[in-house]
Amino acid sequence: MPLTPEEVRHNARLARVGLSDDEVARFQSQLSLILDYFQRLQEVDTENVPPTAHTLAMHNVMRDDEPHPSIDKEEVLANAPQREGDHFRVRAILE
Amino acid sequence: MTTTAVQYETIIGLEVHAQLLTRSKMFCPCAASYVDSSPNTHVCPTCLGMPGVLPVINKRAVEMTIMTGLALNSEVPERAKFDRKNYPYPDLMKGYQISEFDQPLCTGGWLEIELDGQRRRLGITRVHLEEDTAKLIHVKSPTGETYSLIDVNRSGVPLMEVVGEPDMHSPDEARAYLVKLRQILRYLDVCAGNMEEGNFRCDANVSLRPMGASELGSKVEVKNMNSFRSVYRALNHEVERQREILDNGGRIPQETRGWVDDQGVTVSQRSKEYANDYRYFPEPDLPPIVVDREWLEKIRAKMPELPGTKRARFLSEYGLSEYDVSLLIETPAKADYFEAAVALAPEAKRQKRAKAAANWINGELAGLLNAHNIVVSEAKITPKGLSQLIDLQEDGTISGKTAKDVFQEMFETGRDPEQIVEGAGLVQITASDEIAAAVERVLENNAKAADDYRGGKEEAIKFLVGQVMRETRGRANPEMVNQMLKGKLSDNP
Ligand SMILES: [Zn+2]
Repeated sequence: MPLTPEEVRHNARLARVGLSDDEVARFQSQLSLILDYFQRLQEVDTENVPPTAHTLAMHNVMRDDEPHPSIDKEEVLANAPQREGDHFRVRAILE
Repeated sequence: MTTTAVQYETIIGLEVHAQLLTRSKMFCPCAASYVDSSPNTHVCPTCLGMPGVLPVINKRAVEMTIMTGLALNSEVPERAKFDRKNYPYPDLMKGYQISEFDQPLCTGGWLEIELDGQRRRLGITRVHLEEDTAKLIHVKSPTGETYSLIDVNRSGVPLMEVVGEPDMHSPDEARAYLVKLRQILRYLDVCAGNMEEGNFRCDANVSLRPMGASELGSKVEVKNMNSFRSVYRALNHEVERQREILDNGGRIPQETRGWVDDQGVTVSQRSKEYANDYRYFPEPDLPPIVVDREWLEKIRAKMPELPGTKRARFLSEYGLSEYDVSLLIETPAKADYFEAAVALAPEAKRQKRAKAAANWINGELAGLLNAHNIVVSEAKITPKGLSQLIDLQEDGTISGKTAKDVFQEMFETGRDPEQIVEGAGLVQITASDEIAAAVERVLENNAKAADDYRGGKEEAIKFLVGQVMRETRGRANPEMVNQMLKGKLSDNP
């Protein structure tokens, strides 16, 4: 079931990935193949099988509410694409 | 206000986000309180959303959420799980928020409100746990450049969402629901409940439909309400706005609108780019939560007395009016303050003391706290001080008027009432000759009122008592003055 170029662009936008027209065409076919592969799973009868969210037989992995020191501010901001004072700076997100 | 031919039914549902009062964040051990911290100082690789980190659930946050569900009469299913809610917005460090989608910690429930003397149960859909986002600051530079700044301290703070059923039919009901919910969260000590500070937030869904119609009208989501007052104003505005459109034959589009407080209007916040496409899926990093019944009972056992129970107990134990009780139980701190003051009285005098303490707390104290914009736990006057003051008044050492002055000073200085009374010579005059002298003077100077009384105008006695109280600067016992005046007036015609 091939994806439309629009659907590829929509997903790229959701993932914050910029694509050229060539790339849209390339991923259109690649993503469609992946989807087709998943389509095969649809053939399995899962009528009476509860969904599995986790494959490990574990539950209640929790910690006590104890605060620990955080890391140094300079380290926090070290990878900031842009920094202003002690803040990360990003493109305006309000239209 | 428009006059309408068609009657509409208003339907309101509220979604409340409450930051939990845990010490550490939801999935990492960074400190959760950030109000007084400088930007990006409560941050670690986990809440910064770095690849390869492993979140671990804060057990206390889970317990607080379950406790809230129990207080809201919810079901607590045996199994709950976390999911990823994906959306690209720079306040989400990971590109997704960890939330609960189809298996929340608590489902269903209700709370009870009282409005215009009527009690109503309002439904709760669910209570679930998620993480707060980073804080964005929108900047417009002097040159007109716009950009946003990010402070990650808030990212990962435990956030509990209480989704209410669309059960409310007026902004007044919505306000009552919100007040009640906040009261419960404060009783449980799970949320500070301060909308202005952003630790208690509310979004509303508002729709109108012609009375009797079974189909719901288009739902408008209203956001950006930052106080109880703005929730109330925004809902009133939104109901009116929709009514006007419908009256004029228009249609209400389903959309999100933001409340603009200083203009008193809601404005459309439509944005194609961030259209909801959350693509929820189970959070692979977090194994599910199993709430076995033993754990559930342990949590239940730790719950404090809730407002409803406290209300019933105060009514029966202290014999107070509904009105007094509703004011006293407003916060657990106020209720505790009241009970501490009453407990200092001997058992036989407790009911009488309760009435006196309630009057002080709901009257003078409430007024002064309000004027100073503080809460009862910040007051300098202690329950013990209040109890001593009531003792002084009851045993006749000071008059009621003096007691108010002493109270004022206790409130300002925190001093002991006995010290204040002695230091300022406020002890009530009980020596009858001193009062008798004042009575003589008053009768001499107010012959007309005295004659009026003798002539059968009983009201005149009040005026005369007032004059004697003035003569004694409020230090006489009014009952004693009253008796003495009556005696004098019948003695010498
Ligand atoms: Zn952290």
